Amino acid sequence: MAVEMVKISHISKAFDDFVVLDDVSLSVDHGENLVVFGKSGTGKSVLLKCMVKLLVPDEGEVFIEGKNVHTLSNKELKELRKNIGFLFQSAALYDSMSVRENLAFPLIRNFYFTKKEVEAKVKRALEMVSLEHAVDKMPSELSGGMRKRIGLARSIITEPKLMLYDEPTTGLDPITTKEISRLIRDLQNQLEMTSISITHDLACAQIISDRAVVLDKGKIKYEGSLKELTVSTDPFLHDFFTSDTKVD
Amino acid sequence: MPPYEFHEIKKHMDELGVKTLPIVSVTGFIIGAVLAMQSQPILARFGAESVLPAMVSLSVVRELGPVITALIFAGRVSSGIGAELGSMRVTEQIDAMEVSAIDPFRYLVVTRVIACALILPMLTLYVVFLAIFGGYLAIILTQNMSLQLYVVSVVEAIRFSDILPGVGKTFFFGFIVGIVGAFKGYNADKGTEGVGKASTTSVVLASLLILVTDTVLVKITLWIWP
Repeated sequence: MAVEMVKISHISKAFDDFVVLDDVSLSVDHGENLVVFGKSGTGKSVLLKCMVKLLVPDEGEVFIEGKNVHTLSNKELKELRKNIGFLFQSAALYDSMSVRENLAFPLIRNFYFTKKEVEAKVKRALEMVSLEHAVDKMPSELSGGMRKRIGLARSIITEPKLMLYDEPTTGLDPITTKEISRLIRDLQNQLEMTSISITHDLACAQIISDRAVVLDKGKIKYEGSLKELTVSTDPFLHDFFTSDTKVD
Repeated sequence: MPPYEFHEIKKHMDELGVKTLPIVSVTGFIIGAVLAMQSQPILARFGAESVLPAMVSLSVVRELGPVITALIFAGRVSSGIGAELGSMRVTEQIDAMEVSAIDPFRYLVVTRVIACALILPMLTLYVVFLAIFGGYLAIILTQNMSLQLYVVSVVEAIRFSDILPGVGKTFFFGFIVGIVGAFKGYNADKGTEGVGKASTTSVVLASLLILVTDTVLVKITLWIWP
């Protein structure tokens, strides 16, 4: 029987009068890779941020490995977050630190590794994303694709059990999109991680997803395999999944 | 609770101190020189030119040195902290830190506030020294006074009860500069507009709070050392 890694139970979130999430529930099993689709502004990123308590939902609960994220003490939340990786849309690399320092930062702060062990882990993480040569560069010297890769390397360096990707391929060209998507899939397989990815990039989802849900107007409208969703005759899904190939 | 962030505090003290050094050096020298130049003819009217070294040094130690250094520090550092943390906020770097199980408040805010509170008294002492030296150079342009006599006059005039409150209050000014800049930056929103706003409002608010705090501290000082 599959074991639940993430369980989101009836969460709602509004900013002033604007309801972003409206009674959303979903669950993700250990080792499963879920992709959340949705138009811009439908609350995908808010959903992800509620999972790690970067935002607090107005109602509902989020459980990760059976622990209610929003009722944990600071210390318990910190312990839980050590097992979660988060790739931000902008990669969110620390501007004032070199690539090496960016990668070493979570290791030095949260674990008791020796300098040598940290160095070895940094090297391995950079090898995984094929950017060993960028170790001494500053984030300002990196291209968009390189930043995403470094962001990914920083997220996985602690070998988290759960990875959250916020639009991992947005703003990248189709070739880099495929490279990053394959990289994500390879890392998921290698590190046996559970993942939740937010995207509206079908090419990326085809590579990384086991299951997909579609969020619309703050609610989960559709759920199933990517194939089921893309061949659906539902007008919304049809429009959503074919819009990027249409020429008006 | 470890980590104690000594390394970060030292790094910020180094950065904030070194970066502010050129501007406070010039300012310190000019304060002393101008104060001496302005005061000399006035004191001469009353035949009291001999108290000029004491007047310059006491003015600089008790009030001008600490307040002007703090205001310059606020302009240079508070805006810098506001802009830096503000830009980290809007580019999700602070969120990234938080989700990596690192306490961004402790790492980014506490270290900067402590660094500001510790470095400003040191800068003030340095400015006071330069201002007194500037005063001497201004005096010897118009009258004959040996350096030895000037130093003796200064040392005789300044008491512990002048230095302690004068330099001591800059600890609070440094705290204000750090906390205001960090608060504004940490809570910045609305993208680059928010970063600009955090930077500007940090300077205005920090300067205002420094002046208000100075008034209160002067009153307390006079109450303790009448």
